[in-house]
Amino acid sequence: MEINTFLKNFADILEDTDAALIQQETVFRDLDEWDSLIALSLIAMADEEYSVKLTGDDIKSSNSLNDIFEIIKNKA
Amino acid sequence: MAVFSVNNIAIKGISCCVPKQTERNIDLDILTQEEVRKFIDVTGVEERRIAADEICTTDLCCEAAEKLIKELNWQKEEIEILVFVSQTSDYILPISAAILQDRLGLSTNCIAFDVPLGCSGYVYGLSILSGMMQTTGIKKGLLLAGDTISKIISKTDKSTLPLFGDAGSATALEFAANAQLSFDLGSDGSGYKTIIVPDGGSRNRINNDSLKVQTIEKGIERSACDLVLDGMDVFSFGITQGPKTVNKLIEAFEIDKDQVDYFVFHQANMMMNKMIAKKLKLPIEKVPYSLKNFGNTSSATIPLTIVSEIKEAVLNKPSNLIMCGFGVGLSWGTMFAKDCKIECLELIEV
Repeated sequence: MEINTFLKNFADILEDTDAALIQQETVFRDLDEWDSLIALSLIAMADEEYSVKLTGDDIKSSNSLNDIFEIIKNKA
Repeated sequence: MAVFSVNNIAIKGISCCVPKQTERNIDLDILTQEEVRKFIDVTGVEERRIAADEICTTDLCCEAAEKLIKELNWQKEEIEILVFVSQTSDYILPISAAILQDRLGLSTNCIAFDVPLGCSGYVYGLSILSGMMQTTGIKKGLLLAGDTISKIISKTDKSTLPLFGDAGSATALEFAANAQLSFDLGSDGSGYKTIIVPDGGSRNRINNDSLKVQTIEKGIERSACDLVLDGMDVFSFGITQGPKTVNKLIEAFEIDKDQVDYFVFHQANMMMNKMIAKKLKLPIEKVPYSLKNFGNTSSATIPLTIVSEIKEAVLNKPSNLIMCGFGVGLSWGTMFAKDCKIECLELIEV
């Protein structure tokens, strides 16, 4: 599992955010566009791309996109 | 386990009743225009029906049942079992099914009880009703399922208010030689907090703080007597368990997916439902949705989707239906009804 592919997948679920802002260390919760609906898209992406069941707690306990990446990697 | 069949019982008719009053999400003050657009994009819910204060779930179900009994030409004394599936019954006690038995003028020999399930309730209810009919030899039974969830939703909670609507349904089951209903049912109580009304039961009795409105986050204000929905966990559960239970049923009974006319899912939210359908590789024309006009109506979503979206099709030719509900509990149920010709009534509005 590749961090760059993951970041691209994450950038793809966003509509209005500049892809350059999507980095490993990005605190996703601080993105203007982040909300509970984007969280659903993230869960959907983890399921579709990595066959991983991401829970609400996984997202709540994470800060950076790297944290999410690590969780998915460990579950994959 | 929990995969089983009930023989010689068929679904004869379905009737649904919704309140006249429509609430459009675009008109809600708690969402900005941008938020409404995104919300509709993801959930598919544009408007919902909301019951006036004096209308309860039993009123909607009673109306649906009266019309259905009449349409089927059933004699009321022949109905010997009534199951009411709801999480918004009239009182904490007694059960609403007994009140409905009396209101509908059914015999006092009628078995009547409540089943307080939500999203999975329609399928669970049909399994209970058909199973009891099979063991008792009862020939005619009624399943009344629905909710007026708007009564337990905070008007200032944007995570629940725009999603849920009110509806009641009545489904008639009858003895029919060679008919078969097949089920897969399950539950996972480890997720009980995912969809919950915290106060008002005996774990947390209503106290002086129960009705105090708390700000959870911006746009989410509610009391402990209002419905709490953890959208992320529900979503994660739905896209995993939905396909799993449908596949389990299909494999257990060697159902040919191509021979299934419709897959009617609980209407949770469009993105979730579309993902489930995609994972199961279902053709879009076989998966009807009623989310747009009615939202999530709890245990009424499956019959409401049948009545509002595929009424003519199931009325005019025997259809093979798979129905699947999943959610609060957590709990899920999937069923297969083969060759069913269902008398579907026009949607009733009160």
